[in-house]
Amino acid sequence: MSTAFLQPGTDGSQGGAGMPASPELADVTRDNASLRRFLHGLSGVDQVGAEARAAALATRSIKTTAKAWAIDTAISMVDLTTLEGADTHGKVRSLCAKAARPDPSDPSTPAVAAVCVYPDLVATAVESLAGTGVQTASVATAFPSGRASLQTKLHDVHDAVRAGATEIDMVIDRGAFLSGRYLDVFDEIVAVKQACGAAHLKVILETGELVTLDSVRRASWLALLAGGDFIKTSTGKVTPAATPPVALVMLQAVRDFAARTGDVRGVKLAGGIRTTKEAVRYLVMVNETAGDRWLNPHTFRFGASTLLNDLLQQRHKLTTGAYDGPDYVSID
Amino acid sequence: MPSTAFEYAPAPESRDIARLKPSYGIFVNGEFRDGRGEAIKTINPADEEPLAEVAEANAADVDDAVAAARKAYEGTWSATSGAERAKYLFRIARAIQERARELAVLESLDNGKPIRESRDVDIPTAAAHFFYYAGWADKLQYAGLGPAPRPIGVAGQVIPWNFPLLMAAWKIAPALATGNTVVLKPAETTPLTALTLAEIIAECDLPPGVVNILPGGPSVGQSIVDHPGVDKIAFTGSTGVGKMIQKSVAASGKRVSLELGGKAANIIFDDAAIDQAIEGIVNGIFFNQGHVCCAGSRLLVQESVHEEVIAGLQERLQTLRLGDPLDKNTDIGAINSSAQLARVRALADSGDAEGATRWSPDCPLPDRGFWFPPTVFTGVSQANRIAREEIFGPVLSVLTFRTPAEAIEKANNTPYGLSAGIWTEKGSRILWAANKLRAGVVWANTFNRFDPASPFGGYKESGFGREGGRHGLTSYLESEGYLAQ
Repeated sequence: MSTAFLQPGTDGSQGGAGMPASPELADVTRDNASLRRFLHGLSGVDQVGAEARAAALATRSIKTTAKAWAIDTAISMVDLTTLEGADTHGKVRSLCAKAARPDPSDPSTPAVAAVCVYPDLVATAVESLAGTGVQTASVATAFPSGRASLQTKLHDVHDAVRAGATEIDMVIDRGAFLSGRYLDVFDEIVAVKQACGAAHLKVILETGELVTLDSVRRASWLALLAGGDFIKTSTGKVTPAATPPVALVMLQAVRDFAARTGDVRGVKLAGGIRTTKEAVRYLVMVNETAGDRWLNPHTFRFGASTLLNDLLQQRHKLTTGAYDGPDYVSID
Repeated sequence: MPSTAFEYAPAPESRDIARLKPSYGIFVNGEFRDGRGEAIKTINPADEEPLAEVAEANAADVDDAVAAARKAYEGTWSATSGAERAKYLFRIARAIQERARELAVLESLDNGKPIRESRDVDIPTAAAHFFYYAGWADKLQYAGLGPAPRPIGVAGQVIPWNFPLLMAAWKIAPALATGNTVVLKPAETTPLTALTLAEIIAECDLPPGVVNILPGGPSVGQSIVDHPGVDKIAFTGSTGVGKMIQKSVAASGKRVSLELGGKAANIIFDDAAIDQAIEGIVNGIFFNQGHVCCAGSRLLVQESVHEEVIAGLQERLQTLRLGDPLDKNTDIGAINSSAQLARVRALADSGDAEGATRWSPDCPLPDRGFWFPPTVFTGVSQANRIAREEIFGPVLSVLTFRTPAEAIEKANNTPYGLSAGIWTEKGSRILWAANKLRAGVVWANTFNRFDPASPFGGYKESGFGREGGRHGLTSYLESEGYLAQ
């Protein structure tokens, strides 16, 4: 995987921090009332219908060559993640080695997209990933609760960026969102985007706390208007995390945003995706909802820790015909 | 669908699962035998190859079948207790479930519908109908039809080719639950699953003559309808044939229920959940290639969202996969027969001629077999043939409206009245519209959903009588009660 795709200015699709995404949308973030009118003016989401559509997409049968393509594509989209209090420098180094060469016995296996760690471990990851093309992502903004002052959150972001993170995963203030203070959420995302500088910003909506699909749609648009490069489902610390109907609504949001502004933003699903079967189903959903333009790591990611091992085992089974079992892939 | 980075490899279900036999007979008095009519070949509409030879029935076979049904009615079935009848129905329902894969593949081969639909809709819903009416068999005195509702006798049933097994289930299950016996004719182009159902019925040890299945063409249908030994006619099919049946049975004393054509309005209000409404449009008209009497073939869109809905619909239709009905990823299968394809083509051509704008996704059609691409006509006026006549194919006619009252007026402005759809996030608007629409089934924020507990049937030229639910019992029961001294 080339490193070029995440360097600023190379893909030309990024909105500036807090810059209006298109002239017709310039006015909607003027004040809270305008923003509220815009978000509440978005078409509603019928929960039953969205669930039915997500379930129908899950019945696609992906076999042989299609499965092989899907597995490799999914591997290249993984943000290999460790976000535990117990993380060590050693564990991060091990994870980085695996990220660059997920299957040392088969060099045709693609590298993952990024390694995702807490800010204090960014320097270790950057050092281990030097020259591999794998990005270093860091959670920031008082992850996972987001309960800190803006100043502290920005400081957190600066720390990670200074240590060399090229991607920042922030969490939105769900309390502000749910109580209707949309402009506060918007301003915070804009400020974080500015603090990111050249680093890409993924905005975590924590959809498990937003609960309704109407809220997911509104929060998606809010994050896109504010300049988020990606919208991301979850921290992984709250259940439910990524679910098929939520993914569907977020993919519709980036599709509609691109149609309206010409600006192609990404979606990252995180939390609870552990099997190849689920990952392939999500790729089908991307393909048939947003379109194949989104089927690459610039615009679609899986945030995961255990998913990669299942992808590797299924890949091995597809190439050799035999299933090795969990002892043949490394745990970190 | 156009080429994409993510090409789905072929994922065909094996046709061996269908256990096709080289030839099929008729099922009379609990036994299979050769029909005395013409032997015809039933073909696979997806490639025009013959599937099997079917010995059709003739008038003499109809006589035999009606006599067997009469004997079974008077000798055993009408005297069999409800609880006992229920046991048979439960047994048939379970057997359908056990042979679901076989039936699904067979249905897709014979009819041309995608395996995804036969597997996920036709066969499970057929089993569900038997389960549902099995539950009623011993509770008829509580159905609100008097203390002792009585069966009618021998029911002659004629069913269409669009849901071959499901329509057989809709007809047979309530008839048996209420104590009637049956002579059923499946459609000429799709007899195979009904004959497999006959096999299941025989294996379930249903008393001989309770169900008789006679494959054949219109003349066999006519013989059943005209037969003096038949007490009740149940027909699902075209309005033209329905009218002929009604003339035939006039003053004969036969009871009749007819489920006929439709030209349903699917109404999209501007406050609808648009993404889900687009799915509803697709399900409404492209489900089963539009071979659905209750299909949402007239799309009424509020002007203020017309552009958005059509753009979204066209984008969505690009993802539909047309082709091999046995491929698990196929969304649009084959048109059932060359005759039907000719009719769909002729009506679509009339749309061009009358000035509507035709659009289809980029979708190559297979060289062999009967195929028609998903098609959307915009700029359709209420006066155009494609807005008035039932096409029974994957062709959607789009009309617009400005006010809710106009939507209702246009929706009701049709000789048909089978179904309608309402799409709005506003509950009060759903209730208002549902009360104004003259259609037997009104779906809100969904379309083409079938449940055995829900009555189905039409207004006006869409027929009369209801199938499904408690209402479905009334088509097979004499409701006069008695007063005990």
